[in-house]
Amino acid sequence: MNVVHLLNLFMFRIAWRNLFHDKVRLIVTLTGIVFALVLIAVQFGLFLGFLETSSNIVARNEADLFIAAPEIPHVNGGAPIPESRRFRALAVPGVAEVAKYSLLFVVWKLPTGAQESVQVVGFEPGSGLGGPYDIVAGDVNELRNDDTVFVDEIYLPKLGIQGIGDSVEIFGRRARVVGLTRGILSFTTAPYVFTSFKNAQNYQRLGNDETMFLLVKTKPGANVARVQADLKRSISGVDVYTREELRQKTMNYWVFSTGAGTTTLMGAVLGLIVGIVVVAQTIYSATIDHIREFGTLKAIGARNSHIYRVILSQSALSAVFGYAFGISAAKLVSLATEGSNVPILLPLETAIGIFAMTILMCLTASAISIRKATSIDPAMVFRG
Amino acid sequence: MTQPVIEIRDLYKTYGAGDAAVHALRGVDLDVHAGEILVLMGPSGSGKTTLVSAMGCILQATSGSIRVAGREIVGVRERDLPDIRLKNFGFIFQGFNLFPALNAQENVEVAMNLQGIGGKRARLRAVELLQLVGLGDKLRAIPANLSGGQKQRVAIARALAGDPPIILADEPTAALDSESGKIVLELLAKLARERKRAVVVVTHDPRVDEYADRVIHIADGRIASSENRNLQPNALEAQFA
Repeated sequence: MNVVHLLNLFMFRIAWRNLFHDKVRLIVTLTGIVFALVLIAVQFGLFLGFLETSSNIVARNEADLFIAAPEIPHVNGGAPIPESRRFRALAVPGVAEVAKYSLLFVVWKLPTGAQESVQVVGFEPGSGLGGPYDIVAGDVNELRNDDTVFVDEIYLPKLGIQGIGDSVEIFGRRARVVGLTRGILSFTTAPYVFTSFKNAQNYQRLGNDETMFLLVKTKPGANVARVQADLKRSISGVDVYTREELRQKTMNYWVFSTGAGTTTLMGAVLGLIVGIVVVAQTIYSATIDHIREFGTLKAIGARNSHIYRVILSQSALSAVFGYAFGISAAKLVSLATEGSNVPILLPLETAIGIFAMTILMCLTASAISIRKATSIDPAMVFRG
Repeated sequence: MTQPVIEIRDLYKTYGAGDAAVHALRGVDLDVHAGEILVLMGPSGSGKTTLVSAMGCILQATSGSIRVAGREIVGVRERDLPDIRLKNFGFIFQGFNLFPALNAQENVEVAMNLQGIGGKRARLRAVELLQLVGLGDKLRAIPANLSGGQKQRVAIARALAGDPPIILADEPTAALDSESGKIVLELLAKLARERKRAVVVVTHDPRVDEYADRVIHIADGRIASSENRNLQPNALEAQFA
């Protein structure tokens, strides 16, 4: 048994030729795969987008630890805690800085008189924790001034403003837009509006001695888990989360508890099932068309393993070409949604995962065809 | 006469069972020798295709014995049959059974590839065989661009790819016009006479008659008659000179 026999590239060549011989069938097969892939990629990309937007406000926060009221469901559902906890936190070894932070839904009044719900994020500009990021216009230090806010440019129309310098009304108080961010999306319909903690207290009707969160920055080299444990021990009546814990809690709430994530994941699974069915059907149909050739192969001495190789090669080739077109189409969709409030993310890891899944999908889809082809009675070749 | 390459003794083949049983072969005895053209004739349903399928290891007989090159094949495990076919038989079919997506050369290479012969060696051998059947100028042609006779000649080249001692041809001229049929039959005769292959032809075509060394008539699963034709070897040799 030599290398040719082992690798049997000739069976691959038969698969290749079979595939390209019938171009109409090839187009039908590839179309099926491309549709399935785009469906999977878009649904999964939406899901990734949900994960990102639901928790970006935590993920992009520079704080290592978050002190919050007990049992909050997510970052957007905080409750007031006494500001005095701050001093106890500062006394814990390993803590470098503690800053007040608030996040609350409030009413934003449009110039037309209509109202929109926004989430006001109050942070301490001097702390460097919890402020706006990806700033495209304005200086964050301007937020030290009274009644100043940053908004994301994508929400300008929704908030009824043109840009920097516009005056707005938040919870009955005037405010001026002094900066814009790009891509700070909200999972809910209420956009984030950044302002100083002092301003936020006015917009949110928060008491002077209250805060929603205390953001903790640990000293360089400090063991964050140990600091977290010490904070829990030192401060009663609060929960202490690492950034990742709060991110996960928030993400799980918005993406899974609301059903939005499950729905998009189900869409992706549906895409996978549709893909397998479409590919199985087209590959099966191609196998039936070539059944006499498989019978001839068996009659002249081919083993079942030769037949496997032809069908699997055909499936794998379909997968590769289908993937090339499908992922390109999905990338275009992803690019088109960039900067929108419903981003469809397609990172490299997902693209690689979808490739592996496409190959698996096509090979799985060949199972019925293989069964059919290997059960052929070679005597069929003598039946006219 | 040489030692038979196929020896068939008391061969039975029954399809189905009980009242629905169909006895396709009922005690066939037959020898096939190297260098002869054996023609199997008979009406449809007489059992000739079943017989050629059984001797070609494509169909398992119900009972009896078939020895191919001295090896008993009745009762051999199913998974061992492809190798026996590969080493001993070249097949030619009525409908040519070429791979439509492969060109003539590749169609011949398929059979060699199954034997583990690949690359340049397979290519050169395919070219040589296609030249032998007069298609040296059609190496790259796909079956759709070949005439019926040319397709059957590609099939003959494919049948010879593994250099088998036995060629089994099922109605090789049925789909061909008289000129193409004649070319194909002359090729088969040449294989028997010059290359000492045993050639078994199943046919209804009376044109085959003149090339036969023996004509076996099958009826109701039995050999009804066997006619030896005393062909003049010299005359045939002159025909292919």
